[in-house]
Amino acid sequence: MTDFTPVSSLLGGFLIGAAAALMLLANGRIAGISGIVGGLLRGERNETGWRALFVAGLLAGGLVLQLVAPASIGPSVVGFPLLIVAGLMVGFGTQLGSGCTSGHGVCGVARLSPRSLVATATFMLAGAAMTYVVRHLLGGGS
Amino acid sequence: MKNVVAFAAGLLFALGLGIGGMTQPAKVIGFLDVAGDWDPSLAFVMGGALLVYAIVARLALSRPAPFLEAKFFVPTRRDIDRPLVVGATLFGAGWGLAGYCPGPALVSLASGRAPVLVFVVAMLLGMWIEQRWMARRAAARSLRASAAASRRRRSG
Repeated sequence: MTDFTPVSSLLGGFLIGAAAALMLLANGRIAGISGIVGGLLRGERNETGWRALFVAGLLAGGLVLQLVAPASIGPSVVGFPLLIVAGLMVGFGTQLGSGCTSGHGVCGVARLSPRSLVATATFMLAGAAMTYVVRHLLGGGS
Repeated sequence: MKNVVAFAAGLLFALGLGIGGMTQPAKVIGFLDVAGDWDPSLAFVMGGALLVYAIVARLALSRPAPFLEAKFFVPTRRDIDRPLVVGATLFGAGWGLAGYCPGPALVSLASGRAPVLVFVVAMLLGMWIEQRWMARRAAARSLRASAAASRRRRSG
């Protein structure tokens, strides 16, 4: 059970929207994390610089959070076997589906892209379904 | 300059994820658990991000080009195909399993904890496997196509 935090969550959302907007306005790029990381893995030469620096910014932001507000980075809620399975699914799924919560869920939905609207509805439903199975049918988690 | 902007955007993005609560897997699961003790906070993260981005993107895309590039690099496909739906389903299921999507997982590496590192390594491996698999499929398809073409040439 977690507390309802509408104010900080809305503020965090504004920052995410502003960061993604900055990428579009200045660099003309979609701030989709899985697309950026997948592109780095694929090693597309001309695109490597900005992608690497965006990821570096993410990691640096994590360090700032860790220093200023360590509680904002929560612990894992599952053990290693499930983390590995979940990681493989998230990695494979975001590449096959061309995006994740940022690229489809924010950038694509905001532009009313039909692909992103379908993808976002799909991963939200799949996430809720998986949570239901794990928490209410199998009785796992807390 | 483009790289400086990318770094700043990544940093700002990470702070937004942290302040919004996306880097707490328990909170993500609490949001997805609509049948349990539902925590709707993350809908506010998405709502806030969508509000800002929708307005700025509309203004930005009405310009002929972004500030630092000659053109916009924005996806134009509109077709709903099977990889999109299957991929989103797999991603969503994995997200619901551990409570990590790609951005928050990368940001959470700064905690120095082993579990999130294991998740990120598995995620990168999953991405790599998909890319290899797609490349193989594409190669097999072009091989079949060229074989069919040479058969046609011989018989024609």
